Amino acid sequence: MTAKSLLRGLLYAVLLLAALFFLAPLYVMLVTAFKDAEEIRSGNLLSLPSALNFDAWRAAWGSACTGTDCRGLQPFFMNSVVMVFPAVLISTLWGAVNGYVLSLWKFKGSDVLFGFMLFGVFMPFQVVLLPMSQVLGWLGISSSIGGLIFVHCLAGLAGTTLFFRNYYAAVPKELVNAARIDGAGFWRIFFRIIVPLSTPIVMVTLIWQFTNIWNDFLFGVAFSGADSKPVTVGLNNMVNTSSSVKSYNVDMAAALIAGLPTMLIYVLAGQYFVKGLTAGAVKG
Amino acid sequence: MKSSFENTLPKLVIAPGFVLGFAFIYGLMVWNGVLSVTASRMLPNYDEFVGLEQYVKLWEMDRWWLALKNLGIFSVLYVGGAMLIGMALAILLDQKIRAEGWLRTIYLYPMALSFIVTGTAWKWMLNPSLGLEKLMHDLGWASFSFDWLVQGETAIYCVVIAGIWQSAGFAMALFLAGLRGIDDSIIKAAQIDGASLPRIYWRIILPILRPVVFSTIMVLSHLSIKSFDLIMALTGGGPGFATDVPATFMYVMSFTRGQIGLGAASATMMLATVAAIVVPYLYSELRSKPHDR
Repeated sequence: MTAKSLLRGLLYAVLLLAALFFLAPLYVMLVTAFKDAEEIRSGNLLSLPSALNFDAWRAAWGSACTGTDCRGLQPFFMNSVVMVFPAVLISTLWGAVNGYVLSLWKFKGSDVLFGFMLFGVFMPFQVVLLPMSQVLGWLGISSSIGGLIFVHCLAGLAGTTLFFRNYYAAVPKELVNAARIDGAGFWRIFFRIIVPLSTPIVMVTLIWQFTNIWNDFLFGVAFSGADSKPVTVGLNNMVNTSSSVKSYNVDMAAALIAGLPTMLIYVLAGQYFVKGLTAGAVKG
Repeated sequence: MKSSFENTLPKLVIAPGFVLGFAFIYGLMVWNGVLSVTASRMLPNYDEFVGLEQYVKLWEMDRWWLALKNLGIFSVLYVGGAMLIGMALAILLDQKIRAEGWLRTIYLYPMALSFIVTGTAWKWMLNPSLGLEKLMHDLGWASFSFDWLVQGETAIYCVVIAGIWQSAGFAMALFLAGLRGIDDSIIKAAQIDGASLPRIYWRIILPILRPVVFSTIMVLSHLSIKSFDLIMALTGGGPGFATDVPATFMYVMSFTRGQIGLGAASATMMLATVAAIVVPYLYSELRSKPHDR
């Protein structure tokens, strides 16, 4: 009995230790963001700030410099906001229609087509960077938020198609057949029967796409211009701006601001996020 | 008449998306291949065909070899570390733990954050004079020194630490889902037969989890080959080229060094590596699952 409770205690100790390891960076970011420069020098990573000092947050949002541009993270954050909503909505809708056809209106060769599409989920995007920047130039949308939206829609298409196809594969075919006998057509079935059934997978896909697109750095750094850099690029440039004095408190506040939207979503709708992760990881 | 229209309509509806999607995936892939056999430098130059010259040049570069070596170190330790920690946490969490929901949330939240955000945080913690080192000094360990991030030989291990921190929870989530899918009666039967718990895990549960383990390796290793953000945020590829990997190499050559042909060649090599891992996997996944009901 005592051996068992000892083991139990050990189990909890290990789990708590792991939790501390995962929480440490968040804790460090938070306490650092509330300190001033003097406190950072005199204290250490874990020491608490003496008071809730919002100066670093204000600077990170509105006045910290990236090179010679001293408008803080705000313009980059807004670029990300403007970029993420259309990109998420379009790629989700697009994936829904694709998935609908590929699971309920299968035709000869549709599985093969899907198989080829699936490789897009794994493809290293480095391979499209160079040609894509030329395409964006020809379309007249290089270095613009529109260009980034376009790229994110294309890059996300394989993933969103995969989600919806797998989900719709579980819809009973009899439901669709019965509707067809009643005279319902392709779109009518989609909007009247399929869409109302789709809330869970729509949530998963929206959250998955939001997280991916908000967190993207590669496309942002390769395809954005001075006025269209997303928040990840802004943050990276701000932190790596060489200046004589490093403001770690401002860096940490900026990192927290950049991470806030996805963290909020994770806290509010974590289960959908986890479903997206596992659905994306485990097969087609 | 109507029925034949009804039959082509689905194809018509997805055609534009598939054409664009395939152009994006395969069209640009081929295009990148074309660029890699041209003499393109600052700008694409399709007139000067140089065959495999860029590839020869690539494989003669010390920096490319270093990038590959770094990728090797990073991939093995990152995939292995995240799997081991993830598996351990999943098994421990599966022992009817109170507050399991909370713990899961904590273990997994790094996955929701951008690598740029977490790279920034780790860069501060691993800072040689102010970060972890200062903390240890304050705790009374005066001789503690931790300057891995700025040392050429050790900086890559800092990337590994941050990478594992980011992804271990993801592995845990997958393993936990797998463990929860196992029928309890199998374990009960083994217990009645007198098998110890470690033995049950090793001989019964792990073999059942093999497909999940395999998927996790797949996903983590393709992530490690693509990893770019974390390195850019944490080390920028430095000190020197000490933490360069193919993804950062490709970016630097293509966008800052004006070596487009060489950048395209390195992207092709990345593609080949991912394809070698993923294509057999996708093929077996799609074949083994009959989709017609």
